[in-house]
This record gives sequence, structure tokens and C-alpha cells, in this order.
Amino acid sequence: MVRYLAPLIIFIVLAFFLYVGLGLNPREVPSPFINKPAPDFQLQKLHSMNELFSNKDMLGKVWLLNVWASWCVACRQEHPVLVDMARRGEVPLYGLNYKDAPSNAKRWLNEHGDPYELSAVDYQGKVGIDYGVYGVPETFIIDKQGMIRHKVIGPISYQELNDCVMPVVNELNKREQIDPAALAVLSEVRKACSS
Amino acid sequence: MFVMMRYIAVLVLLGLMIGGATVAAGEAAPMAADPELEKKVNEIAAELRCLVCQNQTIADSHAELAIDLKNQVREMVRQGKTRDDVVDYMVQRYGDFVRYRPPVKPTTYLLWVGPFLLLAGGLIILTVNLRKRKDLVSESPLSEEEHKKLESILHSENKTSGIKAGEGN
Repeated sequence: MVRYLAPLIIFIVLAFFLYVGLGLNPREVPSPFINKPAPDFQLQKLHSMNELFSNKDMLGKVWLLNVWASWCVACRQEHPVLVDMARRGEVPLYGLNYKDAPSNAKRWLNEHGDPYELSAVDYQGKVGIDYGVYGVPETFIIDKQGMIRHKVIGPISYQELNDCVMPVVNELNKREQIDPAALAVLSEVRKACSS
Repeated sequence: MFVMMRYIAVLVLLGLMIGGATVAAGEAAPMAADPELEKKVNEIAAELRCLVCQNQTIADSHAELAIDLKNQVREMVRQGKTRDDVVDYMVQRYGDFVRYRPPVKPTTYLLWVGPFLLLAGGLIILTVNLRKRKDLVSESPLSEEEHKKLESILHSENKTSGIKAGEGN
């Protein structure tokens, strides 16, 4: 009996691993940035090139940093969601224009609408490397102390926005200080995120 | 004579191929002024995974990010950073996944030990099976009585027709 059942059992185990493996998203690499300080940068503003924008300007606020580019196809998919989010005005959205010609970037925003408070120009992609960017678009949620609390890789869907991004933002907005108890709540909230 | 000519032709072809290869290698050599530096950069780049095309190292990949990262490695090596410095820098930004050789730590124990566990399991199954097979072979030789019985069976088989003997098999 065992002799005949053994191949079947082995098959079922292998099929189970295959099934689980197919469900994983290889693009989603665990980010080493969660609960780490956002790397410092100082970059030109896309719409007024003689002014600089730094992540430090945002201390005291919960904000989103969205990495985008005019050449990025998936950004188009995400864009209406960002425009809607900006219209609701619940959380300030800043852009990091990654490896893009400023003229192209401006034209793209004119065409599709500009949801950003401002976009910072990372023409050489150096800040992108500091933020571990490997698949545009990426979105970082940064808290009042300037710590990265979540990172979305790839385009944000409405579902992702409502089930993941906004709950994390709301949780962060509620608190002045992120203590271990808050971290536990946050990691609980983030469970809705991996879609 | 004909064989000789063929031999020469093959030699000439080989010579052309080798000559061509060296010419090609000369063209493919990196344009950097410092081959020593370039060698070190390539060594380090070969240990780092390109996150855009995940089964390539950044040394192999032509993705834009890989080229940027390779430039970053080159810059750091030029500044006198060691291999470990560069790898740490990348791990800080892209996580352990960027390393082609994963570190040994609790989350990767299974990864490192797994193959040996599988090997051990295979060896256990093998020895168990070999033991079983050994038991199948009888240790004691046939007794006198059994010999006679066997003899008579063989004789009676011989007397029956070939077809029947065939069926007996």
C-alpha cells in the first residue's frame, strides 16, 4: 500500500510547493528600509530649478514620496489613483522624478495631471540608488520623524491605496512618537498590504 | 595528397578562428584606463544581483540600473573601498537579496543545510533498501532433502513440452 501511495504523496507535496511558489511575487523583495531613516537628499525642484527640496523639509509631517518617470509605463497605470488621492488631500504627495529629462517630465505632468506638491529632479538616479529603487514606480510612506514606515513597489491600485497606504498613513498621523507598541500595530496594518 | 590538403585546410581554419577570437577579445576589452581597477570592479559586480533582471549579476546585465550600480561600484573602488564595503553598501539599499551568495543566518539556515538534509535522507533510504535486498537472499544453503526435491522438479519440467516450460517461467 505504502509503495503505491508514496509517489502520490511526494507529488502532492511538490505540487503544494509549486502552488505556493507561483503565488509569490519575485519582484517584491523585502525592503531593508522599513523602520529606517529616509536617506537624506537635496535636489532641484522640477518646476523651479533654482530652488532645492530636501527630505528634511518634511520633518513633522507624514508624507508620501513617489518615484516616477515619464518613460515609466506602469506609472501611467498608477497615475489616476495618485491624482484622486491628491484631490482628497489627506496626505501630501511628493514626487521623485527618476532618471528623466525635466522637459519630458513637465510635458508628461501637463498631459496627465500633476498630483504632486512638487517633484524633485533625480536626473542621475543617485538618490534612487540611496533609496534602493529598482522598479519604478515605488512609493515610500515617511513618518513625522523622517522614518520610512512602508514601501509600495510597483503601481498603487485603488485597492492598495484604501487597504494599505491610507491605513498606514492614518495610523502614523495618530501618533507623535512611534514606540514598540505602535510598531506592532503598524506591522499588523501592513499585513493587508502584500497583494 | 588529398588527405594532406584537408589537414592543411583545417589548420588554416583553426588559425583563422583563434586569430579572430583574439581580435574580438581585443575589441571587447573595457575602455577604462585602469585594467586593474576594472578587474576588481568586475569581481565585485559578479557577486551582486541585478534587481531588474533577477537571474543576472550586475556584471552580466545591461539593464540601466545594473549599469548605474556598476558605475557606483567603480566609483567606490576608485575611492579605495574594499569588497566588503561595497557589498555592505548594496545590502543596506537593496537587502540581502542583492547578494548572490546569501549570508548564513537564522532565516537562511534551511537554505544552507537543506541540500545536506536531502542527501542524508537519500542515503538513509538507500541503506534501508540495500538491507532489505540482503535479507531476500537466503543465508543457509539448501538441505539434502531440498536438493532432491529441486532435482525432481527440474526433471519433470524437462519432460514436459517446451511451451509448458516456457509458461513455468
